[in-house]
Amino acid sequence: MADQKVISRQTGVEDSQYKWGFEFDIESDVAPKGLSEDIVRFISAKKKEPEWLLEWRLKAFQHWTNQGDEAAPKWAQVKFEEIDFQDIIYYAAPKSSDDAPKSLDEVDPELLEAFDKLGIPLEEQKKLSGVAVDAVLDSVSVATTYQDMLEKAGVIFCPISEAVQKYPELVQKYLGSVVPYSDNFYATLNSAVFSDGSFCYVPPGVRCPIELMTYFRINEADSGQFERTLIVADEGSYVSYLEGCTAPMRKSHQLHAAVVELVALKDAEIKYSTLQNWYPGDKNGEGGVFNFVTKRGAARGENSKISWTQVETGSAITWKYPSVILQGDNSVGEFYSVALVNNYQQADTGTKMIHVGKNTKSTIIAKGISAGKAENTYRGQVSILPGADNARNFTQCDSLLIGDECGAHTVPYIEVRNPTAQMGHEATTSKVNDDQLFYLQQRGIDLEESNYMIINGFCRGIFKELPFEFAMEASQLLRVSLEGTVG
Amino acid sequence: MQDTSTIGDKYEEDYELLSADLPDWTSDFRNEAMLAFKQIGLPIHRKGNEKWKYTNARPIAEPQYSLAKFEEIGLDTIKNVAPWNDSWVNVVFVNGLCQGIFTSDTASNIQVFNIASDELPPNIAKLVGGIVDYSDDGFAAWNSAFMSDGSVINVPDGDNSGTVINMIFFNQGLARTVNHPRVLVNSGKKSNINVIENYVGGGDNHTLTNSVSEIYVGESATVNHYRLMSETDHTYDVGYGRVKIDTDGKFNSRAFFRGCGIGRYDLNVLVDGENASCDLQGLYFTSGNQHMDNFINIDHSKPHCQSNLFYKGILDGNSRAVFGGTVLVRKEAQKTDSIQSDKNLILSPKAEVDSKPALFIYADDVKCAHGATAGNIDADTVFYMRSRGVDLETASRLIIYGFAGEVIDKVEIEELRSYLEKAFLTSLPNHRFEF
Repeated sequence: MADQKVISRQTGVEDSQYKWGFEFDIESDVAPKGLSEDIVRFISAKKKEPEWLLEWRLKAFQHWTNQGDEAAPKWAQVKFEEIDFQDIIYYAAPKSSDDAPKSLDEVDPELLEAFDKLGIPLEEQKKLSGVAVDAVLDSVSVATTYQDMLEKAGVIFCPISEAVQKYPELVQKYLGSVVPYSDNFYATLNSAVFSDGSFCYVPPGVRCPIELMTYFRINEADSGQFERTLIVADEGSYVSYLEGCTAPMRKSHQLHAAVVELVALKDAEIKYSTLQNWYPGDKNGEGGVFNFVTKRGAARGENSKISWTQVETGSAITWKYPSVILQGDNSVGEFYSVALVNNYQQADTGTKMIHVGKNTKSTIIAKGISAGKAENTYRGQVSILPGADNARNFTQCDSLLIGDECGAHTVPYIEVRNPTAQMGHEATTSKVNDDQLFYLQQRGIDLEESNYMIINGFCRGIFKELPFEFAMEASQLLRVSLEGTVG
Repeated sequence: MQDTSTIGDKYEEDYELLSADLPDWTSDFRNEAMLAFKQIGLPIHRKGNEKWKYTNARPIAEPQYSLAKFEEIGLDTIKNVAPWNDSWVNVVFVNGLCQGIFTSDTASNIQVFNIASDELPPNIAKLVGGIVDYSDDGFAAWNSAFMSDGSVINVPDGDNSGTVINMIFFNQGLARTVNHPRVLVNSGKKSNINVIENYVGGGDNHTLTNSVSEIYVGESATVNHYRLMSETDHTYDVGYGRVKIDTDGKFNSRAFFRGCGIGRYDLNVLVDGENASCDLQGLYFTSGNQHMDNFINIDHSKPHCQSNLFYKGILDGNSRAVFGGTVLVRKEAQKTDSIQSDKNLILSPKAEVDSKPALFIYADDVKCAHGATAGNIDADTVFYMRSRGVDLETASRLIIYGFAGEVIDKVEIEELRSYLEKAFLTSLPNHRFEF
């Protein structure tokens, strides 16, 4: 772990505060900069992909080229210089991954050390209390732990590139079925150049014995990360999936355009938790990751449930709307989010709940915290379609402002086309209450700690949705991100 | 994303023809507007256009309209369709052009001018178009380019008589005609005034009423503004209101929508003085194939101000209601207290509500909240009434009326309130809340 300087209240946040900002010295295989049909073919060939997948990629690439850069979404409340898509490396992989390791023993020790440094032990003896981890460095998955135990339960959890080889029929059936390649500008780009990511399939009636986790890391300079995650929970199954991410500190911006697809069949439940901690840029707004992510779940079967929980503290720009399409009757969608922005960070994040089936229910709880000169926007859509009789939605968005140079915005879209619907949205925006601060300080707690306590309390409802270790980490992350914002 | 292809040569010819009869001071103003109109066009493309996300302006923009011509009509016809009191200052417009001012109140100091005339004092003339932004969409520019008639209401400082200015815009419904009503209200310091803008008439033809109102609320002044829209299912109505409130000023708006094919009310209130406040309330009832879009924005730029935004809708038939509301609190506007709310009652399985109540906040020491609801009435409410012996029809009627009444009850002018009560009661559907 890098040294952490003492944060001075006067000078504000030190750069060293982002303690995941180091880079590893790992040799890697990189594709030349730029995007072309050749690059798409190159990636596909590297992965030894079947013909159908290459064709799918090429279709996406064609679509992306045809629509041009103007198709990039402009409606979000974020400002950034136009991205030069020809100045990005679309494929970077640690050298040693050419021959994929069969077990952890074969994994490059340097790599293991690297992930250790990040606090993600891959070696199974250093158990992370029973979480199976798939570690993705730059564009490829480097190691997946706990394979035996998962195999016994019949759960498939492996890099998506491996799944393409081993379980092509499953991948072909579900890939792009929730987020089609033509979905949006960044999802199309991802479909053309996605490198790796996790694949998970839980067979009927199986309750996944441990929590699954993917850890993403951008290391290579100027590279983009385009991973693709696909999780399928078959009838009556349950899986809890965690996702974490970091990147080194760099002067230039890095693009992260991922796609996550979830499919829950009848009576199945998927719980998806994210701790997003990409490098947010320095205190002058230089560098940082552009996090443009498409996440969507289809609650396809009756009584299925998909729950998104996210804690967003990193990234220079976050553009992310984890959604649920509630197709099955009685299906349930949930979205719990804490988005914290500081310095020059910008976040435009929220969700979409599309009610299609009868008696579907959704809950949205979003907490936004803005500090420094940052901009935080909640943007969420709730659609109740004509067939969704007795649909219910409850939305609550609260924003906290710390300092008078930041912004907090709430933009809900409510579309109701069924008279039996009951939908309610409420939102508030305020600052940390002076009386509460006074109360705590009066009892001898200093200002910074008081602030942290109040803000931690503000986010508590979301943190309790996270698995225990993650909740601790989220709480820590909140503390680090908030340091220097008061005083 | 706008399209200029909607502006045919016809509008250019009409523009030239109109120019001959208008005073010189308007020519620069109209020229600039015409240029903007040609440049911007009308918002017929919705992709990427958040302001028109849920309303298709194409049916409104597509016909090539002729300018509506004036035709005198009997006052009895007007009195039949609009609230009227002889002691009010009643200004009657037919097809966008003024027929006359009718009042028994001769003592009033309030001046009413024709907007496109030489009699308009220069200090007031320069307010015309002062808070209109042509770049919003082409409609305001279109109105400005064709501004040939309309009313300027000038309230002297200290005039707190509470005079009611009743402006009635009667649309005869001549096929494919457009009229461009224009209103400017300038209220002096510590004055108090009531302004009614009432859009009535219609007919079986497609017509477009494209109005622009500018309201300047002076220091410590109060303006109560009522906007009524009850045309027919064949008319299109695009209303553009811009309000600027000075220090300690109060602006109260009550907007009632009962009829027109496609309607849009774009109201933007700039709270531009310390301790100023605005209270914007609206009620819309849509049925048949109607489409109503309320686009209500509040812009807080000074500290210690309050705003309340409260809209309610009842939807029946195949109708669609859109609510787009934005409260913007700028960095300087500390201590802002703002509430925004949109509530919808959907009565028919084919009706649709699209609501987008947004908050944009840049100041930290503020209290801002918003809420939106859509859907059905609570079963307990009906049960309560039924258990007390009220039959289902009556109970349902009472509930719907009670829902609407919350906004109507706030109308302080008695004639107007009873007119609205009657108008809404007779037009509310015979719905039964069955569970």
